Amino acid sequence: MPTDVQVHGIAPVQTGPTMSEPLRRFLAAARSAGVRISSAESIDAMRAIEVVGFSDRTVLRDSLSLLVAKSVEEKHIFEDCFELYFQRNDFAKPNEPGWRTPQAEDEDDEDGGNQGGGPGGTGSAQGMGGGQGQGKAAGDKLAQMLLADDRAGLAQAMEQAAEQIGLNKISFFTQTNLYTRRIMERMGIRPVEREIEALRRANNDASNSRADALETGRERLRDRVRDFVERNLLLFAKGENEKFREELLKSSKLTNMERRDMDRMRVIVRAIAKKLAEKYGRNRKKKNRGQLDTRKTIRRNMAWESIPFITVWKQKKIDKPKVMVLCDVSGSVAAMAQFLLLFLYTLNEALSNIRSFAFAGNLIEVSEILEKKPIEEAISEIMMTVGFGSSNYGNALLDFEEGFFSAVDSKTTVIILGDARGNYNDPRTDIVQRLSERAKRLIWLNPEYRSSWGTGDSDMFRYGPYCHILTVCNTIRHLENIVTDMLKGSR
Amino acid sequence: MTGNVDVLLGSIDAIENGLGQFGYIANRQISTAVYLSHHLKKPILVEGPAGVGKTELAKSVAAYVGMPLIRMQCYEGLDESKALYEWKYGKQLLYTQILKDKLGQLFGLTETIEEALEKLHGFSDVFFSHHFLEPRPLLRALQQENGAVLLIDEIDKSDQEFEAFLLEILSDYQVTIPEIGVVEAITPPIVFLTSNSMRDLGDALKRRCLHLHIGFPDAKLEARIIDTRVPGIDEKLRKQLVSFVQQLRALELKKLPSVSETIDWARVLVLLHANMLQSDMVRDTLNVLLKFESDIEAAGKQIDSMTHKARQEAGFAD
Repeated sequence: MPTDVQVHGIAPVQTGPTMSEPLRRFLAAARSAGVRISSAESIDAMRAIEVVGFSDRTVLRDSLSLLVAKSVEEKHIFEDCFELYFQRNDFAKPNEPGWRTPQAEDEDDEDGGNQGGGPGGTGSAQGMGGGQGQGKAAGDKLAQMLLADDRAGLAQAMEQAAEQIGLNKISFFTQTNLYTRRIMERMGIRPVEREIEALRRANNDASNSRADALETGRERLRDRVRDFVERNLLLFAKGENEKFREELLKSSKLTNMERRDMDRMRVIVRAIAKKLAEKYGRNRKKKNRGQLDTRKTIRRNMAWESIPFITVWKQKKIDKPKVMVLCDVSGSVAAMAQFLLLFLYTLNEALSNIRSFAFAGNLIEVSEILEKKPIEEAISEIMMTVGFGSSNYGNALLDFEEGFFSAVDSKTTVIILGDARGNYNDPRTDIVQRLSERAKRLIWLNPEYRSSWGTGDSDMFRYGPYCHILTVCNTIRHLENIVTDMLKGSR
Repeated sequence: MTGNVDVLLGSIDAIENGLGQFGYIANRQISTAVYLSHHLKKPILVEGPAGVGKTELAKSVAAYVGMPLIRMQCYEGLDESKALYEWKYGKQLLYTQILKDKLGQLFGLTETIEEALEKLHGFSDVFFSHHFLEPRPLLRALQQENGAVLLIDEIDKSDQEFEAFLLEILSDYQVTIPEIGVVEAITPPIVFLTSNSMRDLGDALKRRCLHLHIGFPDAKLEARIIDTRVPGIDEKLRKQLVSFVQQLRALELKKLPSVSETIDWARVLVLLHANMLQSDMVRDTLNVLLKFESDIEAAGKQIDSMTHKARQEAGFAD
């Protein structure tokens, strides 16, 4: 990258209060691409630009990257975004100095047109602004520029038109054509099209050749405008779309999840679980052994001339909840079970011990499978083993009481995930009662809505009285809330 | 002194050249980071694989600007009494003994306890004062009159609590000692933190730092590094060796060889009086580059072709 490049478009705004404008736009674009930028970091970025200036593109990129992108992945995203945003303008002729920002041009016009871009640029832009882009004058101007292939002028007109119609609000790929057309109309393509028609009607050599030239110009313009729109779509919409989808997925029913969203969902679940693990992974309790804290001991015993009557220790005990999960993996509950297990196993570092059991007709322990294999594989293996057959809660609970009841102690949180539909078998509420008395907490998560509890073969209300927490759980958001409560409760 | 530093760190080119003189070949990004760190008064958090010269960068900057390097190695369980300050307990206890002896003299004339207390309040509190303070690396760095380069090495190995504890010193170059108050830096030190990405560092810490990622160097940069670090090396050998290491990094290995290993290997080859890569010699010395048996095995199969290619790339066909 040449170091003697003059920064076109942003250079005039280096001083004064608008200085941060191009930067602010760029940071907004970077943010929507997925780089997390705090406001403190944007201020730092501004200060950095005061130090390094805009004159050297590489230095500018490196500086911003140092301040704003805080991991290797973010650095890649950031650099792509930087290239995209500050790329040499498509209209600029190859050896014309200058790289500019999309939409930075209007800055100049607001400042009273204080020398924007290349030759003829300023004049045309003012023409556009005044004539609303629809008048005859604008059309003539555009026709002139098209015939002369005035790249700088066209670029400026295009960017201004884009600003006027609000191109940065573009959010879907399908809007590309619409926005392309709108920009061209704003630039005054209609009068030009009328002129082409008129010329065709006149149908003589001179008029035909002019019409041909205009048509060629129009096609070229359309291509460029489309390119420009697509670039903006990439810049402004991608991140937003992702975010939107993510929000949507978080609150959509997991049982209705489409196959193609599964992978994305797993990523989201992992991210939430990791956040929680970081937050609650460090619950520490003071413990009466370990290393002597000399300072605090002497301090505490000052009253006795620092003879250590009371000792203070450095070591603290980490207090983490112990969890046992019983998952119904039959039919409709299976999807939910998968995410609950994924969630809990990603949380691993915040939990001291986790044992999981899967049941439909019978119950088996699945901890080992889940620990050894990646979760996706493990789940499908579990389904193969117990997933068939209709659920029988009584049977499953009996299996649990016989095999694993002794492992439940007063520190254990027991989570049961299931719709409590036992196909009219004996629900064995007595086991749930004993379990509830023995464990620290019994949480029942039911993926069905409350309104259908107790209908048909649902035994939910029979189990209900013995549960410490009984709640609907069929979205990621529910799951997040419940697990957060569980971790908080262990403090 | 400060003026001198301003000159030394006055431009990105000056830094790049200056570090070069002290044997550290910095790319543009690294020197930009040092430049910005000086001008924005922000610490640099250096991340990257082991052996690419993260610690070396701090050492070279210290040598270049002529400031002492204060290094703090992080590990699990590191706490403020080892990182920041500690009270000199022995001395404090002795002081109380002396005080006890003097009490009679001091309070001999007072008649009531109230009067004695009144008198006691009159004395300044020496017990918790600078006299009894034992400075540890962080406090030492703040106390250097002419500035210092503070290297907090492998921050990712310390506990998360310690990370939070660092925030004050990183953003304001000051520490708070409860008994004394705020201790500000006389001259803000140039701070480097290094991390091998053992765990994710907190956002609060990252926000306060410039984030510099040093990856493996490209062939050109690596050749320059070898040239400075192993001065006696034959040029042909250097080219082949760099090309070989670069090829090695393209393989799927447990641990890729980094710059420090390339330097070691270059030294070994010089000691063996090699002037050209030979498959046998490579095979015998591969353990300098690769640190896992499985890696050596995996690379072993391709040594012939890689040596051949390295020779070709350096312009020597067989």
